[in-house]
Amino acid sequence: MLAFLARRLLTLALTAWLATLLIFALLQLVPGDPALLMLGTAARPDTLAALRAQMGLDEPLPLRYLGWLGGLLRGDLGTSVTYARPVAGLVAERMAVTLPLAALALLLSTALAVPLGLLAAARHRRAGDWAVAGFGRLGISVPSFWVGILLILLFSVKLGWFRAGGFPGWGAGAGPALMALLLPAAALAIPEAAILARVTRSALLDALREDYARTARAKGLSGAAVLLRHVLPNALAPVVTVLGLQAAFLVGGAVVVENVFTLPGLGRLLYQAVGQRDLIVVQGIVVILVILVVLANAAVDIAYAALDPRPKVA
Amino acid sequence: MPIRFPRLALAALLPAMMAVPAPAQEQPRSQQARTDLVLGMRLEPPHLDPTAGAAAAIDEVTYANLFEALTRIDADGKVVPGLAERWTVSGDGLTYRFTLREGARFHDGTAADSADVKFSLDRARAADSVNAQKAYFAAIDSVETPDPRTVVVKLSRPDGLFLFHMGTGDAAIVAPETAAANKQTPVGTGPFRFEGWTAGDRVVLVRNPDYDGPKPALERVTFRFIADPAAQVASLQAGDVDTFPQFDTYEALPQFKDDPRFTVTVGTSEGETILATNNGRKPFDDVRVRRALAHAIDPKMLIDGVLFGNGVAIGSHFPPHRDGYLDLTERYPYDVEKAKTLLAEAGYPDGFETVLKLPPPVYARRSGELIAAMLAEVGVRASIEPMEWAAWLEKVFRGKDYDLTVIAHTEPLDIDIYARPDYYFNYRSERFLALEEELNRTQDAARRKSLYGEQQKLLAEDAVNGFLFMLPVTTVQKAGVEGMWVNRPVQANDATAVRWKP
Repeated sequence: MLAFLARRLLTLALTAWLATLLIFALLQLVPGDPALLMLGTAARPDTLAALRAQMGLDEPLPLRYLGWLGGLLRGDLGTSVTYARPVAGLVAERMAVTLPLAALALLLSTALAVPLGLLAAARHRRAGDWAVAGFGRLGISVPSFWVGILLILLFSVKLGWFRAGGFPGWGAGAGPALMALLLPAAALAIPEAAILARVTRSALLDALREDYARTARAKGLSGAAVLLRHVLPNALAPVVTVLGLQAAFLVGGAVVVENVFTLPGLGRLLYQAVGQRDLIVVQGIVVILVILVVLANAAVDIAYAALDPRPKVA
Repeated sequence: MPIRFPRLALAALLPAMMAVPAPAQEQPRSQQARTDLVLGMRLEPPHLDPTAGAAAAIDEVTYANLFEALTRIDADGKVVPGLAERWTVSGDGLTYRFTLREGARFHDGTAADSADVKFSLDRARAADSVNAQKAYFAAIDSVETPDPRTVVVKLSRPDGLFLFHMGTGDAAIVAPETAAANKQTPVGTGPFRFEGWTAGDRVVLVRNPDYDGPKPALERVTFRFIADPAAQVASLQAGDVDTFPQFDTYEALPQFKDDPRFTVTVGTSEGETILATNNGRKPFDDVRVRRALAHAIDPKMLIDGVLFGNGVAIGSHFPPHRDGYLDLTERYPYDVEKAKTLLAEAGYPDGFETVLKLPPPVYARRSGELIAAMLAEVGVRASIEPMEWAAWLEKVFRGKDYDLTVIAHTEPLDIDIYARPDYYFNYRSERFLALEEELNRTQDAARRKSLYGEQQKLLAEDAVNGFLFMLPVTTVQKAGVEGMWVNRPVQANDATAVRWKP
């Protein structure tokens, strides 16, 4: 297990370093000058030069890469050229929205999907199964931002239970902050739950056909007990894989939903930074996302090892 | 076991959902008029220093609310007193003598005097200045401060727009002690002061109790940033936002106009929306081709299709509401046959291929699609290339690497851009330059008007660009809100005169 962990860590470090190189190189190819963007159509050449110098954009590229990498190793992500604030602070602020949002969405989607999967498997080819299949198909076809708009129309505009987006900040207390995250989390969770429910269902059905399931049933256990005690634990591996993929997606891919709900999350910061060519912010966020994805994958691998006692990790 | 975890989590969540009361409205509607305002904006400002950036969103938060300049542009576009309560101009138009308000103070309590004005103006015109409108200060020769309340600005050449430019956000008066930090914690002299900025969500301003002028009715103004069109509509309908100026989800306007809970105002901006044309590139270097394009485009269809009828056509680069406007909208009537004939004369009987590069705003993208369809009618096959702002500025605006593009030029009285060398239109006209030169040294109002008329006529004759429409300013707000600007002579959301009907 230790060797396994060490190998995972090494892969993580290597991936992260390669990511920094790739991200930096690729971003230099994107057209657009943050100084020009800041000054707009009235910009005069001397003003532009002055601003570029102030932003540190006049240094040669390799020097800028090394400076950035050095900073990263010291835990310094640099200073945003548009906001004139440290990137680490900006990212931390946004993480405080995105991570709870992703966690809540993951929780909701699991809470929805696993029972639905169980229901579908238990009621295989009966009404319950069809209902879950219908939900699955609908959930997969409907994009989360649209679910978001529908939720806003129902719960904010019609019923007035929630605000139509925005985030009061954690300073306003956990209650209002969680309230602000609930609808967007639901919008993210519903399509995810649809996928997860389908995966859960088919994994359960596969496992139900195994010999041990028949044996357990022959032993005299009820159908429900077989499903919960014997089949579910064995069917969890693919579910966890999909969950891991979704976790990575939720942290990085929530940008559209963040936009619909006007949440100041990481995805929106990234989107704005790309638009403003605030490359140092883009670089910082992407590196963090890469690390998070790699971590999520590592967590899935470790969860595999824990779920499946057969020693195939060595 | 695994099944119990989510069930527990759900069970834990439910009471949390129930326990929090539904915050439908920040303040209940009582007898007393509200003194807070939530104002929606599409874009978040990158920072809050109007002297160091061109982003309209900066002025839309700070102008007149937080910062003041020597003069001020009012809701009708007139120059009125700002930090300077009065001024005199010498006969030769070279010396301006400003007298500052007696009790003016910055939000940190220090006095705003002539030294601060000198600092601000000198900073804006310095060699290392990063002021987006440095040209506004180019005519300044010296700034003198005979006493704390008097500023004497000497110009090296007359500048007919000097007082107007000194009223823009770019000319905001800042203090030397706080100027460097204004991007994050702005300190001005205005009737509102900065309270907080929740990045990605909102900026809050509160009434400045020590303001020396008339105090605003509002105690608190919250600027909320909502980029998504559907979210903008929902935020208004849910009552989260009280007023949304410059609301550009035009297709939703009819629904708000029909709803008694809201009022919709449609005003004018300074944004001449044009089909900018690369006059330096074939085939657009031929005036017959440019005139053919002008005949091929039906502005009425654009105004209906893009702005849902809320716009005014233009025939040159000049807003109809300004002094000196000449109506040239009939110069090139919509005429497909005429356009085809002109193209044939220019040697393109079968039309040609071209590229239409479009920046992100809604008006540009939608106009572009309609224009491409209209051009196709006369045989000009335009392929559309959507671009981000950064790429548009770099490639089209700076690199002049384009055939056609759609853009609104929102700076006030900016017809002088046609006199700029190397501007992205690649337009060169000795006649226009001569007119501009005369305009710059003319003080007489009647003569200025006729010179502006000459310029407009010349641009229309040369069909430099496709002149489409004035970008409207549409504001959607709750029925009880009063005092928001209807027009936008400068980019601003001046909240100083806004109040709730009691």
